[in-house]
Amino acid sequence: MNELTGYIVLSGIIFSIGFAGVLLRKNAIIMLAGIELMLAAANLNFITFWRANWQGDDITGAIFVLFTIAVAAAEAAVGFALVLAIFRHYKSSEAQDYNSLKG
Amino acid sequence: MGWITKIFWLTAILPIVAAGLISVLNKSKKKTAAAVAITSLSCSCLISIISLIKVIELKTTKSSAIFITNFDWLNFSGLKVQFGFILDPLSSSVAVVVSVVGLLIFIYSVGYMASDWNFTRFFCFMSLFTGAMLGLIISNSILMLFIFWELVGLTSYLLIGFWFNKPSAAAAAKKAFITTRVGDLAFFIGILILFATTKKLLLYDNGDGCLEATSLKLVCNLAIFGGLFAGTVISILIFIGAMGKSGQVPLHIWLPDAMEGPTPVSALIHAATMVAAGVYLVARMEPLLTLVPSGTSGISVASMVITYTGAITALIAALIAIAQFDIKRILAYSTISQLGFMMMGFGAGGMAVAIFHLITHAFFKALLFLGAGSVIHGCQGEQDIRFLGGLKKYMPITFAVYAIGMMALAGVPLFSGFWSKDDILHSVSLWSVSKIPFYIGVVASFLTAFYMTRQVFYVFMGSYRYNKDSASHSSEHFPHESPAVMIYPMIILAIFAFGLGFIGCPFLPLIQKFLAYTEIEHKPDFFIMTLSSAISISGILAGWFLYGLKPVKSSQHPDILELKAKPFFNVLNKKLYFDEFYEATVIKLTGLFSELCLWIEIHIWDGLVQLFSRSVVLFAWLGRVWDEYVINLGFDTGCNGLRGVGQGISLWRNGKVHRYISVIGIAIIVLVLWVVWLAG
Repeated sequence: MNELTGYIVLSGIIFSIGFAGVLLRKNAIIMLAGIELMLAAANLNFITFWRANWQGDDITGAIFVLFTIAVAAAEAAVGFALVLAIFRHYKSSEAQDYNSLKG
Repeated sequence: MGWITKIFWLTAILPIVAAGLISVLNKSKKKTAAAVAITSLSCSCLISIISLIKVIELKTTKSSAIFITNFDWLNFSGLKVQFGFILDPLSSSVAVVVSVVGLLIFIYSVGYMASDWNFTRFFCFMSLFTGAMLGLIISNSILMLFIFWELVGLTSYLLIGFWFNKPSAAAAAKKAFITTRVGDLAFFIGILILFATTKKLLLYDNGDGCLEATSLKLVCNLAIFGGLFAGTVISILIFIGAMGKSGQVPLHIWLPDAMEGPTPVSALIHAATMVAAGVYLVARMEPLLTLVPSGTSGISVASMVITYTGAITALIAALIAIAQFDIKRILAYSTISQLGFMMMGFGAGGMAVAIFHLITHAFFKALLFLGAGSVIHGCQGEQDIRFLGGLKKYMPITFAVYAIGMMALAGVPLFSGFWSKDDILHSVSLWSVSKIPFYIGVVASFLTAFYMTRQVFYVFMGSYRYNKDSASHSSEHFPHESPAVMIYPMIILAIFAFGLGFIGCPFLPLIQKFLAYTEIEHKPDFFIMTLSSAISISGILAGWFLYGLKPVKSSQHPDILELKAKPFFNVLNKKLYFDEFYEATVIKLTGLFSELCLWIEIHIWDGLVQLFSRSVVLFAWLGRVWDEYVINLGFDTGCNGLRGVGQGISLWRNGKVHRYISVIGIAIIVLVLWVVWLAG
């Protein structure tokens, strides 16, 4: 057992919960929330490995995570705006109803 | 008893943890939710009371009793962001008030919200609200204080808009959030300037915090923005933040609308949490706010601004309150007015005066709101005092406790409000800059006694005038007294509302000695005491003369003041047109700006886009000529073949997002397994 194991397992669990949320829930908003969880799990991994090899004044890992958080926030904003726009059109927030592009 | 200083921070964390627990509870688990919330708050109540006892004990033996626990939150090379907790007379006494009043309101809510569908959500938000306020109180880092400050703002939004199905509640929540955000922005800029000048976030750090001598000296000698004194700029920015949260004119407009939330929320916002945050912030920052440029002495600009703002707020809100008809709205304006008193007391007499009034006000205002809630509960949600009346007969206990709260607010001698208001008037009368705030304070106290008497006569005296037009009313239905779970908290609050003032009466100024940083001489001033008793009694008599002699008979009957002074009454009834003023200025300007943007969008950007698209169309046309007559012929055959293949493949695209995602997921898993196998 490495000292990192706990963090990685936690991150794996969070990722799985997020992925399960995306796969199993029909509501597009919950699916977006699941994606956020997966991003959070990735962030946790970044921080873990950064801390494990910490040199004392190196902040790349934390900066990387800050960027991911910013990107995730932007992604959530765009995602929710899309859901809202699609909702106005289809009167539904269920992902399986958005199928007008099917073959 | 040293352990208590180590776990003092739990007083804020416990309710937040409880909120987390309740948030994952099932909606039907009403009893569990209430039990979790009340247990956690009782624990933090207990911790804060023990801490207060410890601090009192130390304060009497030693002169200073400040405990701080600091830790690093972030440590980037060179930039340290530190958080910390502080246990001192100010934080411990306010924490006790918040947790005790909060606990009583929680217990009351169990009865008040019993039939609400979203009972668990309510207790989750309430716990978070109280926890955020307690966190704000114990913060020893201005950034941490700001985080909890915003958390208080967020939860107040959630609670004011608790019945979000009502459009008015949703609008009120938005209004509260946006209005306080104006103040928060100024507060945040103030924090940034403070951090830029002192490089410190901790308030107290064994001589190295930003409220201690070294930093204050630094701020004292500094001029920023071309000659402005740094201390004044920071102080006023921080005070604007406090104005937003504590509803000072002109940022008070959200507070009356916040009545759209459930009544226990109003009680919590008005007594213990939200509005107290601003006064607490000002009190906490006292060393900075009273700072004058080095080489000068006297009263700081910020103190003067605070005193005048407080005085104006106290007067304006008291004036508006006399012409309102909503039982909770009258109380809301009285809160604004009392907050004005606190600010005025702070500016003229220092933090101890303001906090003393904050503490007594927390108890009697919570009592008044819970009493109003009991009235509303007993009368099928009727809030218009014209449709109430005669409730003395139906709700005797509510009437009794309400009368105690009203007398405390009006400043009847011996009640708690009398002592704290007396303290404020006393310090304002001694203010060296001007006597105007003192006169304003006298008028506002008179008006306070007057409008509270008017309200009590409207609600409890005369005969019951139920609303005949309202569908929920039947003429046989009469108001009923509230259940015991609502009555007992009110009785406890009533005891405090009566007796709490004695800890700070001028003959025995315990709380002033306990809180103030420097020793102030407190001598009983019989002139002021006689004056303020005379004011409150004449206010009550005036109210009795106008509303008590001839009780209001019918709900259609206009207010007596409306008959006597119609234009005056109408202007006050419309709240001095503050909302209309903002509608015509701020909101209008925003609208104009967005229209300008629209115009630019249509006429400039759209033109460019059109130009571009036209040129593209031209190129496309050229391309089409080339395509159709040169390339097409050869490709048609190939295309037909491809189309067949495409049609086949397109059947895979069945529009089911989840199937796509599961294919991606399975592919990733296979890929990972393959990589692991290769490496293995």
